Amino acid sequence: MAFEIIESCVNCYACEPLCPNDAIYQAKPHFMIDADKCTECIGDFMDAQCASICPIEGAILDDLGTEVNPIGSLTGIPMELLAQYQAALDATYQAALNDKSA
Amino acid sequence: MDLPVLNTSEAAESGGGCDSHSCGSTGDQLGHLPEHIREKVHNHPCYSEQAHHYFARMHVAVAPACNIQCHYCNRKYDCSNESRPGVVSEVLTPEQAVKKVMAVAANIPQMTVLGIAGPGDPLANPERTFETFRELTEKAPDIKLCVSTNGLALPESIDELCKHNIDHVTITINCVDPDVGGKIYPWIFWKNKRIMGREGAAILIEQQQKGLEMLAERGILVKVNSVMIPGVNDAHLAEVSRVVKAKGAFLHNVMPLIAEPEHGTFYGLMGQPGPTHEELQKLQDACSGDMNMMRHCRQCRADAVGMLGEDRGQEFTLDKIEDMEIDYPAAMVKRAEVHARIEAELKIKDQANAAKAELAKAGWVAIQGMKQDAPKLRPVLMAVATKGGGVINEHFGHASEFLIYEASGHDVRFIGHRKTLPYCDGGDTCGDGESALDVTIRELSGCEVVLCSKVGYEPWGPLEAAGITPNGEHAMEAIEDAVLAVYEEMRVAGKLEAKPLMQQKAA
Repeated sequence: MAFEIIESCVNCYACEPLCPNDAIYQAKPHFMIDADKCTECIGDFMDAQCASICPIEGAILDDLGTEVNPIGSLTGIPMELLAQYQAALDATYQAALNDKSA
Repeated sequence: MDLPVLNTSEAAESGGGCDSHSCGSTGDQLGHLPEHIREKVHNHPCYSEQAHHYFARMHVAVAPACNIQCHYCNRKYDCSNESRPGVVSEVLTPEQAVKKVMAVAANIPQMTVLGIAGPGDPLANPERTFETFRELTEKAPDIKLCVSTNGLALPESIDELCKHNIDHVTITINCVDPDVGGKIYPWIFWKNKRIMGREGAAILIEQQQKGLEMLAERGILVKVNSVMIPGVNDAHLAEVSRVVKAKGAFLHNVMPLIAEPEHGTFYGLMGQPGPTHEELQKLQDACSGDMNMMRHCRQCRADAVGMLGEDRGQEFTLDKIEDMEIDYPAAMVKRAEVHARIEAELKIKDQANAAKAELAKAGWVAIQGMKQDAPKLRPVLMAVATKGGGVINEHFGHASEFLIYEASGHDVRFIGHRKTLPYCDGGDTCGDGESALDVTIRELSGCEVVLCSKVGYEPWGPLEAAGITPNGEHAMEAIEDAVLAVYEEMRVAGKLEAKPLMQQKAA
């Protein structure tokens, strides 16, 4: 039973010092959780510490692969707006890539 | 010689008055403060309006973690073209940060201040923040250290802050009412739990106020920053101003909300508007009855380098500083010389201003017409292009920002700044200069004059058509003297009794 940090992590360091098991470590391209050490904070805290400070929705998954902080749960931004924003970001990114290769 | 002298007695009666140099800009903002505080801030560009014309600052981005979420912030975004708090290009280790600070201090001797302001919260990264301060205290003792925080971890950090000889702290306080706070802060992280909404905001407010009181008790200077969010806390900020002043903050900085959809923030995506220039000024004026207001803040990035309003960060990226050989003892000598020269210049200016005020008081020199007509004269906003030094020394087409001054029958005061795109990037041709000019004209709405060292033929017509008279006749003159001189010309020409000839077009 362990949490996992996925690619949407922005490397803000906030979780790393909070882990009671020293399971979180800096890595490329983002912070990682050592599954052997992670206990999901059971026995130490009421709430898993990394997931309680992480500002990025969806960046931490539980052992079932479920987002601990689902989309919209932290910022209160409606899902459709976030989707539009993400699509616009992706389009800008793609355009920049195309420019580069052209 | 035409001495620009103001009617001080009238200014005194008006309540907010003072001589031209001591209103809003320098003296009035700091003038009533005890000498030891003035001594602390006189060369700090973020605390003294006068200092920001002469001295530079830098931020090092060693603090990425944050313990709260604000609706105007988004930690995902990073763009070197964007200038706002919370945005950085690269997060530094304390060791890299120290190296960068020494490289900048050696190359920009006007740099007096090193701040840690993020991109998260410095006190949510205590080890990284304090290690940077510890090293710098030892290696670069001539640099002032300061920190900007949301205040949540402030009470528990006070002892450590005092150890590092940090005598300036900025706290961002957007509210003193948890009901308002619940609309600004979706969550905080407190005592190992994420606490949502109003409940979290209440804890944050309590810690901010406690931290402010503790700092004041220990004689550390506190500036309070507030973000003005129309419809959310705008009506509440005058109350914030009163409360923080009573608790010992010495300067209040009300800043406009920055919110654009492309930032991906809650406010940006929800279409929350920021204040207009007029709304911001009105609120700053309303708060100034209770508090010294800061109006020259540029809301800079958490890795900004240089004079306020400029960012030379690109000259000091990690790979560039890697190759720099820094002889810091030699740099300290040079820095001390540069600082002494600037301070001597400022002293002469202060003496000259004091002398002018004395003369006016004695009634030896006065602009008689101004005295008699003062109550009838309407105030005029003027935009100024400057590269620093307190003088008009920037071409219209090269300015990326304009300082705004208001001249009236009894004083000249600094109001704020407006950012724009340089009309012409300094090249021979101005390509799509047309649209950049439109932006400038829109940004300068409300101004009747733009003072610059030079202005090209091309923008002249459109500026005049928009009711903004370009004026390049006061190049290299002190800003406030020039503003006053132009105001006097307008008075003589009979332009101050009537309404502005042109109604400004809001584009």
